[in-house]
Amino acid sequence: MSVLTSNATAPVANVRRARPARPWLTPARIGIYGFLIISAAFFLLPLYVMIATSLKTMDQIRLGAIFSLPTTPEIDAWIQAWSSACTGLECRGIRVGFWNSVRIVVPSTIISILAGALNGYALSFWRSRWADWLFTVLILGAFIPYQVFLYPMVRGLAFFGLFGSLSGIVIVHTVFGMPVMTLLFRNYYASLPQELFKAARIDGGGFWRIFFQLMIPMSTPILIVAVILQVTNIWNDFLFGLVFAGRENQPMTVQLNNVINSTTGERLYNVNMAATILTSLVPLVIYLVSGRWFVRGIAAGAVKG
Amino acid sequence: MSSVVIEQLHVRLGHSDILKDLDLRVENGEFLVLLGPSGCGKSTLLHAVAGLVDVTDGAIWIDGNDVTWTDPKDRSIGMVFQSYALYPTMNVERNMSFGLRINGTPKPEIDQRVQRAASMLQLTSLLARKPSQLSGGQRQRVAIGRAIVRDAGVFLLDEPLSNLDAKLRSELRRELKQLHLNLGTTMIYVTHDQTEAMTLASRIAVMLEGKIQQIGTPSEVYDQPVNRFVAGFLGSPTMNFIAGSLVQEGSRMRWRSPALSLDLTDYAFAGQARAAEKVVLGLRPEHVALVASDQPADGRATVSLSEPMGANIVLWLDLEGHQIAVDTESHVTHKRGDTLGLRVDPRRVSLFDAESGLRV
Amino acid sequence: MAAVSAQASKRTQRGPRFRWALNLALLPMALTVVFCYIGTALWSIRISTTSSHTFPAHDFVGLFQYTRLFGTERWIVSLQNLVLYGVTFITLTLLIGFLLAVFIDQKVRGEAVLRTIFLYPYAMSFVATGLVWQWTLNPELGLQSALRQLGLTGFKFDWIVTQDKVIYAVAFAAVWQMAGLVMAVLLAGLRGVDDEIWKAARIDGIPPWRVYVSIVLPMIAPSVATALVLLFLSAVKVYDVVVAMTGGGPGIASEVPAKFILDYLFGRANLGLASAASTVLLVTAATALAPWMYARSRAERRAQQGVV
Repeated sequence: MSVLTSNATAPVANVRRARPARPWLTPARIGIYGFLIISAAFFLLPLYVMIATSLKTMDQIRLGAIFSLPTTPEIDAWIQAWSSACTGLECRGIRVGFWNSVRIVVPSTIISILAGALNGYALSFWRSRWADWLFTVLILGAFIPYQVFLYPMVRGLAFFGLFGSLSGIVIVHTVFGMPVMTLLFRNYYASLPQELFKAARIDGGGFWRIFFQLMIPMSTPILIVAVILQVTNIWNDFLFGLVFAGRENQPMTVQLNNVINSTTGERLYNVNMAATILTSLVPLVIYLVSGRWFVRGIAAGAVKG
Repeated sequence: MSSVVIEQLHVRLGHSDILKDLDLRVENGEFLVLLGPSGCGKSTLLHAVAGLVDVTDGAIWIDGNDVTWTDPKDRSIGMVFQSYALYPTMNVERNMSFGLRINGTPKPEIDQRVQRAASMLQLTSLLARKPSQLSGGQRQRVAIGRAIVRDAGVFLLDEPLSNLDAKLRSELRRELKQLHLNLGTTMIYVTHDQTEAMTLASRIAVMLEGKIQQIGTPSEVYDQPVNRFVAGFLGSPTMNFIAGSLVQEGSRMRWRSPALSLDLTDYAFAGQARAAEKVVLGLRPEHVALVASDQPADGRATVSLSEPMGANIVLWLDLEGHQIAVDTESHVTHKRGDTLGLRVDPRRVSLFDAESGLRV
Repeated sequence: MAAVSAQASKRTQRGPRFRWALNLALLPMALTVVFCYIGTALWSIRISTTSSHTFPAHDFVGLFQYTRLFGTERWIVSLQNLVLYGVTFITLTLLIGFLLAVFIDQKVRGEAVLRTIFLYPYAMSFVATGLVWQWTLNPELGLQSALRQLGLTGFKFDWIVTQDKVIYAVAFAAVWQMAGLVMAVLLAGLRGVDDEIWKAARIDGIPPWRVYVSIVLPMIAPSVATALVLLFLSAVKVYDVVVAMTGGGPGIASEVPAKFILDYLFGRANLGLASAASTVLLVTAATALAPWMYARSRAERRAQQGVV
């Protein structure tokens, strides 16, 4: 009844080895951290250049040392970029583009998400052969270069008098965001327990009741992901804004390109960089704030471009 | 075949001491089971023997060699994991030979070892298959095959049956036992399932909170549990525990509780028999005999619930407010509310001090 | 079990009101797919067989536009650039993304910070990326000049104004933007590899680099394939970054198909030619898509049958 049934001493004849020195910093570790730090520097370089250049005076910029710190940092370039830079015919600054982008992004996001949610709901809970086929074609459509659709879309929108209008660009974003949004919501709803849906049907819920009163409230996680995806992608869009938005509604990306690439006379690099930062601010802030949600959006299959 | 000696092992992970001052000796060819609940340190101990976990202090010897600081690959061990950890994109043959190939073993020898292991484990016809095309039992054999080709002296098995359903589990358990009989290799096996431990082990080490509570053959650990924890951990249904006290009556010792009274003349005390206030009686369900209520008995209880198991019936009786389980044969029928007499063999019971839990 | 619930759901769906609501709800998607996707693609292809200039003509000229297309120097250059850009972009992005994922997987400190740094470029628009790199690679005032000032007087990095090197500069900027994305996707795949496989490999004595090459990489092959296809499609569609960074120049040295199409569609008002070009682009995208989707559906079918 003893706890140990045998003598547990080590064989006396054998020698105990000493504990080997295990330095934390091995060549392998140095290599790994070296690579990562150099890569990080490469990735951060343009950001630094952007910020530093935007705070320098043109005199300092003309000296050419792009990596130097601003000797006398000023925010004049920022103010000029925001309120008086020339974006084509006018010189009212890129804030015009900012508000245009806001006016495009908000309705586009809302409508495209609603459409995606509705489609996803219909596809995942209500089986329909032809709808599944339609969905497959929709997904395939997402892979096709947009140039194929451009001219017919222009003519189609012109036919309804919507070409060059805010509604036009919102429709375009909804149409071309539909594949990803539908996929997102369909997969999400497919992962919810079917019993919830069946219980709601037994309780007497109809198609729309269940959608608005049960599904949408339960969709918070995927709504967050969808919002992040759509806001980022639509804000960063260039092609559709260029073609469909019309002169009064040009988004910030288009105006940014105008500011930088169509100026005559001396190029004000500090203003250019300030404008670039301003244009990238919204998605960057979303990225920094949303962290994990942003990565979930990527994982949900949304590679842009 | 190798022996394993663990000396004063201290393993610290993060800020907690998982194992401290642990000594253990595993003999050549034995099947040692480390049994315990989650978090008791059994997996950590196994991983320390494997070299997958850094040792803070102490020593591990395999076959007389100090391997405390040696790489896992040089310890002459093979390991089988819960998920079997077969390389999914390689077929069976490659799974078994990959390690040897990497370490420069000449090809003819690799082939010979793989063929030998495959024939031992009846895998020869499956060598070209991938893990996804194998059944659970076949995968287990491949995992063991990987250990065999390394000519390992010790096999370490980390809960290999936990992921399986009950039927497959009992089937593979038997295969494993047969394998051990055929191969004779030293095996250290980790599990939380006491049935696996009882059926497979040549010795069981019951662990709790980083310490070995008791080590012994299955019958030793089952019949003579050294403390209350070990007693309660082994056996299904669990041992019944009834609070009471030890009293001295002349030259005899007697255990008393309101509903049950036992003459302890034939009981083997651990130490000096002394009267004590709080002593718990441990009674296994199969060691209680039921008689009619008018017969002489050590106590009386009323039937409250009956669980027919097929081969036997587990009767739950109310003994002064406690529910105790009694194993009876299936043809015996007692109804709810029947009062029955209980007869207990004092040689089969266990007594534990109510506070320390140690055997009395 | 599945059959029973399928039956049950069919029964509950038989009501006419539900059918009506469902069809109404699916109408936008149906209209979109039929008109905005299928219809437009078909119309574009149709226009490519006409002699349309500013407005669509309704004649039929067969493959005339296509022969004209492949006789246009600018188009040929754009295709060549697409290949150079595509190969450079895809290879470097995959390689760097993979290395970043593997190194971050080594339990390094500050992992969250590093991941944030590698992924933030993806949050920027391609336009911003193009503009920043245009500025950074500016020969007189950018990288070349700065390094010369620091002492490397012979340093040359004027790719952005060199005709045969500019497309690589553009690819470089795109790699900067997308490598973090590949890293995120592959890191998720790496993390999905069971820890016990690593333990088994350690016991087998397999060195870590070999585990990555022979065991892990084959295991995450589907993720790599997906990343590859997505990168390919991104390369085929490249437009924003070229417009922003070089405007297609110097001259037509960094022309790409997507830009060619846009220019001929609206600027040079040659619908027929531009539609032919878009159809070619469509076929190119389809050639990558088809085998991948086929392989995917085959793998799914095998997975459903093959598990023992």
